[in-house]
Amino acid sequence: MKRLASIAFAAAIALFLQGCAGWQSALDPKGPAASELAWLIWFFTGLCAVVWVLVMAALAVPLMMRSRERLEPLVLDAGADNRKLRVVMTAVGLTAVILVGLTLLSFFANRTLAAIGSDAALTIRVTGHQWWWEVRYEDATPSRILTTANEIHIPAGEPVRLLLTSTDVIHSFWVPSLSGKLDLIPGHMNVLDIKADKPGVYRGQCAEFCGAQHANMGTFIIAEPRAEFEAWWNDQLQPAAAPTSDEAKTGEDLFLKRPCVMCHKIGGTPAGGTVAPDLTHVASRQTLAAGTLTMSRGNLAAWIADPQGVKPGSHMPVVDLSGDELNAIVAYLEGLK
Amino acid sequence: MSSADLTSERDLPPEREASAKGDVAPERDGPRDTGMDDASLHRWLTRTWRTPPGIIGALSSVDHKVIARRYLITAFLFLCLGGLNAVVMRIQLSGPQRGLIGPDLYNQLFTMHGVTMMFLFAVPIVQATGIYLVPLMVGTRNIAFPRLNAFSYWVYVSGGLFAWVSFALSMAPDVGWFAYVPLSGPEYGPGKRADVWAQMITYTEVSSLAVAVATIVTIFKQRAPGMSLDKIPLYVWSLLVTSFVVVFAMPAVMITSTFLILDRLVGTHIFNPAEGGDALLFQHLFWFFGHPEVYIIFLPATGMVSAIIPAFARRPVFGHLGLVLSLIAVGFLSFGLWVHHMFATGLPKLGASFFTASSMMIAIPNGVQIFCWLATLWDGRPVIRTPLLFVFGFFFIFVIGGLTGVMLASVPLDLQVHDTYFVVAHFHYVLIGGAVFPLLGAAYFWFPKITGRMMSERLGRWHFWLALIGFNAAFFPMHIVGLWGMPRRVYTYPAELGWGNINLFISAGAVLFFLSFVLFAFNLVHSALKGAPAGDNPWDAGTLEWATSSPPPSYNFARIPVVTNVEPLWAEREALPVATGLRVDARELIISTVAEAHPDIREKSATPSIWPLLAAIAVGGTFLYSIFTPWAIVWGAAPIAVTLIGWFWPKGDPEDEE
Repeated sequence: MKRLASIAFAAAIALFLQGCAGWQSALDPKGPAASELAWLIWFFTGLCAVVWVLVMAALAVPLMMRSRERLEPLVLDAGADNRKLRVVMTAVGLTAVILVGLTLLSFFANRTLAAIGSDAALTIRVTGHQWWWEVRYEDATPSRILTTANEIHIPAGEPVRLLLTSTDVIHSFWVPSLSGKLDLIPGHMNVLDIKADKPGVYRGQCAEFCGAQHANMGTFIIAEPRAEFEAWWNDQLQPAAAPTSDEAKTGEDLFLKRPCVMCHKIGGTPAGGTVAPDLTHVASRQTLAAGTLTMSRGNLAAWIADPQGVKPGSHMPVVDLSGDELNAIVAYLEGLK
Repeated sequence: MSSADLTSERDLPPEREASAKGDVAPERDGPRDTGMDDASLHRWLTRTWRTPPGIIGALSSVDHKVIARRYLITAFLFLCLGGLNAVVMRIQLSGPQRGLIGPDLYNQLFTMHGVTMMFLFAVPIVQATGIYLVPLMVGTRNIAFPRLNAFSYWVYVSGGLFAWVSFALSMAPDVGWFAYVPLSGPEYGPGKRADVWAQMITYTEVSSLAVAVATIVTIFKQRAPGMSLDKIPLYVWSLLVTSFVVVFAMPAVMITSTFLILDRLVGTHIFNPAEGGDALLFQHLFWFFGHPEVYIIFLPATGMVSAIIPAFARRPVFGHLGLVLSLIAVGFLSFGLWVHHMFATGLPKLGASFFTASSMMIAIPNGVQIFCWLATLWDGRPVIRTPLLFVFGFFFIFVIGGLTGVMLASVPLDLQVHDTYFVVAHFHYVLIGGAVFPLLGAAYFWFPKITGRMMSERLGRWHFWLALIGFNAAFFPMHIVGLWGMPRRVYTYPAELGWGNINLFISAGAVLFFLSFVLFAFNLVHSALKGAPAGDNPWDAGTLEWATSSPPPSYNFARIPVVTNVEPLWAEREALPVATGLRVDARELIISTVAEAHPDIREKSATPSIWPLLAAIAVGGTFLYSIFTPWAIVWGAAPIAVTLIGWFWPKGDPEDEE
C-alpha cells in the first residue's frame, strides 16, 4: 500500500510539472490581475494545507491508542471533558480568526483588482454568441469603430476595458493568465478591466455552459506593443483585399451568390450579414471557428465542407458546393488578410 | 381521541396501574398490552401491524421499514446509473479530442449525472435512511402520515423512471442539472428536453417535501416517553434540521421549475430579458435552493458520523449540545450564501463581499462538529471496524473539500476557479467525502439492523481502500487541471493545452472508484444471503434502534421504551423501562409533547392502502402529460381528485362516535 501511494505521489508531481507550461493557466499569470489572484491562490492553498495536516495529525493520535477488544462504554469524566472543552474552544477560536483574516484578504484583493482599470483608455465590446465572440473596438470617431471576431488585440502594458454582454444565452469570458472570469448575460452589461504586462498570445475560453459547442468556444488575446497595435487596427479598418487570382475572383462571386452572404460580412463587398463572424480579414487570424482549428488552407476547406463534422451542433450550415467551388471559395478567403 | 392513560411500569406500582386502566370505558376498548405476556403480545401486534400478503398487499404497505428498504434499493440503483454516466464521460475525457461520444450525448450525460446524483440518489437516500431509522431511534411504531410516506416513494420512483426513460429515448435534458435560462428557455432549448427537467424536478421535490413533513412530525410528536429534546440522538436531530431545510428550500426550486415550464408551455416571459424578464432571477431562485441542497445531503451524513463515532470510540459523543447547536446554525446559515455561486455574474461588489463573509462563517459550526468528533475519538478507545474506517475516510476527504470551499467563498479567488474543474473537484470532495463516505459507513453500521446479518469485514476493508484511493486519484488532480484553465462541462479539449496526461490519470482513478462500488454491491448481496447472524445489537451501540430485534418486527417495539438518557442502552445495561397501555388490536401510537416528550394521547396510525399508489400514478401521469400541454393540469385534476377521495375516505371509529 505504501509503495502504491509513493508511486501515485511521484506521478502526481510529474504531471504537475509537465502542465506548468500551459498558456491558459491561472498559475501562470501574465498580467497584474492574474498575478494578484495567483498569489492569493498560493496563500490560501498553503494555509489550507497546514490546517489539513493539523486535523489529520489530531485524527492519527487516537488511532495510535486503538484497542482491539470489545470494551464497555466509558463513563464520562467531568474533569477530562472540561479540559477537552478548552481545547475545542481554542480550535474554534483559531478557526474564526483565520476565517476573518481570509475574508479581509479577499476584500483587499478585490480592491487591488478594481484599481487596475481606473484609467482604462481603450474600450472593447465583447458580445457572446453560440459559439463565437464578436469583438467591437470603440472609438470616438465612428469611422474608426472596428468589428472583428474571436481574437482580441490589445496594446501590451495598458489597461483595457471590456464591456461584456450576450445576444443569446449566458457565456463567460475567461482568460486565466490575465484575469478572472466574468459572465456575458443577455440584458446585462458587465465591465472587466484587463491588462497584459508583456506582448504575447493568451488563450481564453468560455466558462459558462452555453450549449452544444461550449467546449469549442475559444478566444485569443493578442497583446502587442502600442505601435503594432495601432498598425493592426488601421489594417483592419481597410476593406477586404480584392481577389487577385481568377480562382479567387470566382470564389468571391460564389460567396456572394451562395447562402454565405446571409450571415457573414466582408467589408468592401455587398456581403453584410451580422449573425456570424465578420470575415473581412479572416485570413489574418490565427484560428478558425473560435479556436477550434488553426488557420490553414486545408482547415478552411474542411470547415466549409463539413462544419457539423468539425463542430457538431454549430450554427454554420452545410452549403452544397462542388470540389472546384470549394477550392475557389477557400482561395478567396485565404486572400482576406 | 381518548386522553392518554399511559403509564410507565417504572414510575407506577402495579396496583396503581390497574386502577389507572380502570378509568377508561373498557367495553369500547380492545385488549391492551398492559400485563400481557410476551408471546400473546407478539401474536396480537404481528396481526395488527403486518403488511398484507400478496402483490396488492405489498403495493399497499405503509410500514416505514418496507418503504425505506424500497427507497434505499431504488436510490442505490440510481447511484449505479449515475456512476455509469460518469465513467462514460471520463472515458470520453481521458484524452484530447477523443471521439467516443459527441456533444449531444455528452451534454445529456452530464445533465443526467447531476440530476440523478442530486435528485434521485443523494436526497432520497438520506431521507430513506431517515424513514427507516427515525421511528426506531425515537421509539415509535411507524412514521407519521404512513400513507403520505408510501405516496412519496411512488412519486419518487415515477419521477426517476420518467427521467431515465426520456434518456433512453434520447430526449433527456441536456442543459445541465442547473438548467440556466436562456439556454433552457423556449428560444434556445427546443424540443421537450428542458420540459422533462422542469417537471421531473417539480415532482421529485413533492416527494422530498412529503418525507420532510412526515419526519418532522414523527420527531416532534412520536418520541418515546422521556426522550426530551436534550435526549434526542444526534442523527435524529440532523434529520430534523434537514427536514426543515427541505421545507424552506425545496419550494424555491419548485418555483424555478414551474416558472420555466410556464415560459416554455404557456408563453410567459418571466426569464426573457427582451420582454422585461430577467435571466439572473432564475439563478437566484435556483441557488436559494441549490446551496441549502448541499446541506440537505451533508447534515444527515454528519448525523451518521455522530452515530458511528460514539459506538466505536466506546464513549458518548463529546459536546452533544454543541453539535446540536452547530446543526441548527448550519441549517440557518445555509440559506445565507447562495450568491457565492454567482460571483462571476457581475453583481455589485459590496453585496458579493457580504456573501464572502457569510460563506466563510458557515465553516465555524462545521469546524465545531469536526473538533467535537476528534475530541470524542481522543477520549475514547476506538475499535476499528469498517464503519469507523469510512468515517476516517470522511475526515480525510471532507476536510479538503471544506477548505477548498473556503477558497471558493473568496470573491476574487472564485473568479479564477468558478466553473472550472477546481469546482468539480471541490464539490465532489464535499459531497462524496461529506456524504457518500458517511453513507457507506452507515450502510456497514446499520446493515445488520436491517437484514439481521453482518456485512463481510474483509470485503469492507478492501472496499474502503479501493474507494479512498480511487476517489482521490480521480478528484484530487481535478483541482490542478482546473487551475490550469480547464472549464467544466466540456466534452473535449484541444491537445495543445497539455491536459491529456492528467485527464488520463483522473479517468483511471474514476474507473477504480467505480469498481469499489461493484465490490460494495457484491458485499451487500453476498452478506444479505450468507452473512453471519448479527443479533440485536452487534456493535453494542447505545441508541434505541438497537433495542429491538434485527431485523425489527413490523411493530418495531413490543412495548414502547421509556428513555432516561441519550444512550439508553448504555444507561440501562439490563433492560429498558417500558410504557404500556396501548391497544394491541388497533394500530396505536403514543403521541407525546414536543419538548419533554410526556405521553399525551394515543393516536391511530394509518392502515395499508392501495390509494397512495393510485394517487401517485395519477399525479405522475398528469406531470408527464403536462410536458406536452398545459391542459394536462386541468384533465389530470379529475383522476387525482378521485384517488385522493379514495385515500381519505372516512372510516367509522367507535371512539370518535362518543
